[in-house]
Amino acid sequence: MLNIKDISKTFNPGTPDEVQAIKHVSLTVPEGSFVVVIGTNGSGKSTLQQLIAGACVPDSGSIELAGQDITRWGEHRRAALIGRVFQNPFSGTAPTLSIIENMALAARRGQRRGLGWLLSGAVRRHLRERVAELGMGLEDRLDNAIGSLSGGQRQALTLLMAVLQRPSLLLLDEHTAALDPKASDQVIRLTRDMVAREKLTTVMVTHSMHQAAHLGDRLIMMVNGEIRQDLADERKRRVHVEDLLALFEQVRRADRLDASAAELLRSRYV
Amino acid sequence: MMLLIGSLTIGLILSLLALGVYISFRVFSFADITTEGSLTLGAAVAAVLIVRGVNPLAATLAGGLAGMVAGSITGLLHTRCGVHALLSGILVMTALYSVNLRIMGRSNIPLMSVKTLPQQAGELGDALFGAGGPVLLWGWTVEREALAMLTGALLVAVLVALLLYLFFKTNLGSAMRATGDNAQMMRAQGIHTGNMLVLGLAIANGLVALAGALLAQFQGFADVQMGIGMLVWGLASVIIGQALVGPSRFGLAIIGAVMGAVLFRLLVAIALRWGLNPNDLKLMTALFVLAALVLPTVLRSLRQRKAVRHA
Repeated sequence: MLNIKDISKTFNPGTPDEVQAIKHVSLTVPEGSFVVVIGTNGSGKSTLQQLIAGACVPDSGSIELAGQDITRWGEHRRAALIGRVFQNPFSGTAPTLSIIENMALAARRGQRRGLGWLLSGAVRRHLRERVAELGMGLEDRLDNAIGSLSGGQRQALTLLMAVLQRPSLLLLDEHTAALDPKASDQVIRLTRDMVAREKLTTVMVTHSMHQAAHLGDRLIMMVNGEIRQDLADERKRRVHVEDLLALFEQVRRADRLDASAAELLRSRYV
Repeated sequence: MMLLIGSLTIGLILSLLALGVYISFRVFSFADITTEGSLTLGAAVAAVLIVRGVNPLAATLAGGLAGMVAGSITGLLHTRCGVHALLSGILVMTALYSVNLRIMGRSNIPLMSVKTLPQQAGELGDALFGAGGPVLLWGWTVEREALAMLTGALLVAVLVALLLYLFFKTNLGSAMRATGDNAQMMRAQGIHTGNMLVLGLAIANGLVALAGALLAQFQGFADVQMGIGMLVWGLASVIIGQALVGPSRFGLAIIGAVMGAVLFRLLVAIALRWGLNPNDLKLMTALFVLAALVLPTVLRSLRQRKAVRHA
């Protein structure tokens, strides 16, 4: 279970570039829940992910995962609990290492690394089976450098790497945004299968309204560093792409209203 | 022939330098100028200990250990104190100049009259194959001692290269390679990437210091100036090695670095033989590395411009 209590994050505090990226956000994600997060650019959805992953530290509030307070844990320490897939397909894998080496490194996520061999016969066989499950034919190219693969293939492997060792939380950061539609569909299908089969607690940020409407059992919409909508269960199931577009339109109008109201006041009083 | 054997021996000794530079520069893309200080540091520590009567092998290893400490300091300055990568190396290198003088007590320690590893190698050779005068090798007369030193240097280079290769196949070593490749990924896999860099620089400078300790014993003295220009020397070796084996995985790259170090030393020996002024040597080395770094980009852009014109 992920339990976020009243966290805030301000970038560049006290300077003209000050940005309140996250404002007093609380969020509880029960075990096995699949949360999809949407939001406009600058809504704070990426910052929320970074705070959970430990890439940045909140100014206030706390984050608990799997019964432990991880608020002050470094990124590498949280990796023992969190599997991640990044937006950029190049971010999740080491390009000059082979497919099997990348897999084997991920199979020991969060563990101590000593002077034992990375690849033993048993590890090789096990990982080969797991790669074969992707159904992409990559199990016959295990010794190729992973940098020689396409973005879609790399992202599928990164996803597999994130779940090789069952994570307490799977974090997906717009992990199909940089892929072509076909590869994107494939990765989404894999995501859905893996999350369902292993009953993974998942937080997925996406730009795609289609994915937001069809994936997960809960939908969160962020606006200006706050959670604006939180639709679960039955309400989430009824959501259509059109509803989401309407929500975004509403937000856009409200923003414009704010801006034009400010303009109006300024012309009156300044 | 003696010149050839001497060059080969120095080349093999300096292959440890090349392997160190391979780790810092190729694995971590960290231009680590500490190299110049740690080479001298290894030589200084080994020389002082040997003069004091310590077993040469133990003294050499102590030199390597001192280099590891120097490398860790550079790494810690960068990862813990946030000092710019290049600057942290410069700071440690500069500090090491004084440290090396302190260790040696003067700027030069001769090792001619004491027993060193090369002499032990010579004695071992005598014991194994019987003492005697120069031997005939493919029609050339060769000093036995030189031959023994060459064999010793070859064994050391092969042993270190093999150990490094095996290390890179372990969990820890693979994590190190992957960290140099993609630090963000390895943080997500639970690696403290800063500590990994510190360990990498420690190993790199340990190898460099080992090269320094062996070089001092081979040439018969440790000198406080002997590290100058050695980073570029190591870079040249690594680059030649890469040209020899191509852009390949780490196994061949390690072999390439050793071959590159030997070949570069031979090229230098030939150039000096043909009348290159030794004072110009470092200029030539620097120009060589510059050309090797810049030429591929220049060639690529030329090719592209050509392609555009044809299009």
